Amino acid sequence: MIDLKDIRKVFNEGKAHALTAVDGVSLSLEARQVTVFRGPSGSGKTTLLSLVGCMARPTQGRIVLEDREITSLPERFLTEVRRSTFGFIFQQFNLVKGITALENVMLPAYPLGESHASLKRRARELLDLFGILPRESSRSEWLSGGEAQRTAIARALINDPPVIIADEPTAHLDTKLSREFMDIVARLKASRKTVIIAIHDPLVYESPVIDRVVTMRDGRIEAAGP
Amino acid sequence: MRIWIEKQRNVIDFTLSSLARRKGKNIALLLVYTLLVFLLASVMFFTHALRKEASLVLQGAPEIVVQRMAAGRHDLVPGTYMDAIRAIRGASDVHGRLWGYYFDPVMRANYTLMVPQDFSFGEGNIAVGHGISRSRFAYAGDLLSFRRYDGEPMVLTISEVLSPASELVSSDLILISERDFRRLFGMAEGMFTDIVLTVRNAKEVATVAGKVQKLLPDTRPIMKSEILRTYDTIFDWRSGLIVVILSAAVLAFVIFAWDKASGLSAEERKEIGILKAVGWETSDVLLMKFWEGTTVSLSSFLAGVLLAYVHVFFTDVVLFEPVLKGWSTLYPTFKLVPYISAYQVATLFFLTVVPYTVATIIPSWRAATIDPDSVMRS
Repeated sequence: MIDLKDIRKVFNEGKAHALTAVDGVSLSLEARQVTVFRGPSGSGKTTLLSLVGCMARPTQGRIVLEDREITSLPERFLTEVRRSTFGFIFQQFNLVKGITALENVMLPAYPLGESHASLKRRARELLDLFGILPRESSRSEWLSGGEAQRTAIARALINDPPVIIADEPTAHLDTKLSREFMDIVARLKASRKTVIIAIHDPLVYESPVIDRVVTMRDGRIEAAGP
Repeated sequence: MRIWIEKQRNVIDFTLSSLARRKGKNIALLLVYTLLVFLLASVMFFTHALRKEASLVLQGAPEIVVQRMAAGRHDLVPGTYMDAIRAIRGASDVHGRLWGYYFDPVMRANYTLMVPQDFSFGEGNIAVGHGISRSRFAYAGDLLSFRRYDGEPMVLTISEVLSPASELVSSDLILISERDFRRLFGMAEGMFTDIVLTVRNAKEVATVAGKVQKLLPDTRPIMKSEILRTYDTIFDWRSGLIVVILSAAVLAFVIFAWDKASGLSAEERKEIGILKAVGWETSDVLLMKFWEGTTVSLSSFLAGVLLAYVHVFFTDVVLFEPVLKGWSTLYPTFKLVPYISAYQVATLFFLTVVPYTVATIIPSWRAATIDPDSVMRS
């Protein structure tokens, strides 16, 4: 589904403090599988996720999404690919403060022009799916860690993307909530979503839900898994 | 089209909840902005309505006023001049006018005394304007004393207080009989303050004025159009004076608005990053910022204009009255007829709403063009 060909990402290229975050990564990611990138801090996991999710462009190399080369697409088209293909769950959840959980879930779909009533109905369904419908009117900063994460997951799913990308999703969760998160991942997999996770939490990468573990170090792939 | 409308609706919805999140800051901005629009719109509405009023008053005025000049000063004109003017083709309804000013040392005010063509109250009687009646506590039937040119006292009876409807021009006016006027000022029979005439054909006004000047070289014919122009100049000058004073306020607002609009806080930057990360295009972010700027500036504009309308047409311009209406002791109290020029409102709109909206968009555009992956690293 996603092919990475000799991907390299250098920050501050040509400057004294240039940093190579990803260095010559080639990899194929299968659809409807749960793939985990693991490795120590600074190994390039997050950068690789942002490249796969069309949030940034590689310095070198090509990314092919279902036979479509997306690296050279103009910003507008890249945004369209990002919006229709990927849903993101961030390490800090990145919910917008001051607005309700429901509004946060609806946010990614606002520019698509769906009627407000229908969008609201879908967002409530998602909140209900993750058991946080009673908190729909709560401001995002009033939500607990688990509630915030489930709101972030609902937000990632509002545009019904085929791929979910999660960056260190259990970093701020205790063991119980981390296990609940893995249950949600299992449900996502069951609903034929492709899930890509960057993590260094063994609870996640040792979970039976995971299909493949890719180990990274210093911007390179150390082990690409089965 | 439906999708476009829904998109605008959703983005506006989010914009409004965004504005509500920074309530204190936005309400302060809204108040300052409204105050500024209110002040500017008040000056504009008021001067425009006054000018309109003056031109309406002058509509019934004669086309030409002929004054006699002596050593460059306005002098009394002999009645015989009227015969020469009547002989000019096109000139009609030629008659002499008697009017002048009387300084009242009690009130330290100047009254305008005028002899109307058809003064019905008879000798010994006068009609006074509302301003005089108010300040002297004098009403119909009361006596008003004057000091004649030779120092002798002269007492006249008030027969009527003039209608408040005409107060702009009649606040300090006293209507008096011809004989009393001449006695008060010691003006000889057959002499007049000036001569007025009507010209039937509007295109001939300038020609008739030229003929008057030629026939009577020591006179100065003044056309109605010249008076209107003078009014315009005076009101323009006065409103200009206020605008100059207000420009300091405008400048302060510009600095305030620029600071508010251009300085995106770290939180706002992060928010833009989140929006981009969840799939908003740069243009969507700019659309949101456009609606944000428009909401603030348009609400302030409408509120400011509405308040200015009430201020000018319902409260008699309490704030600027002394500067704009004149320096006379007898301020007229009158209701202006609401009159707004679309051109002026449009000018005000483009001077206030557009710059602010642009100032809001530019910094957001800079923030919105950053890669969304910055959110992943925050």
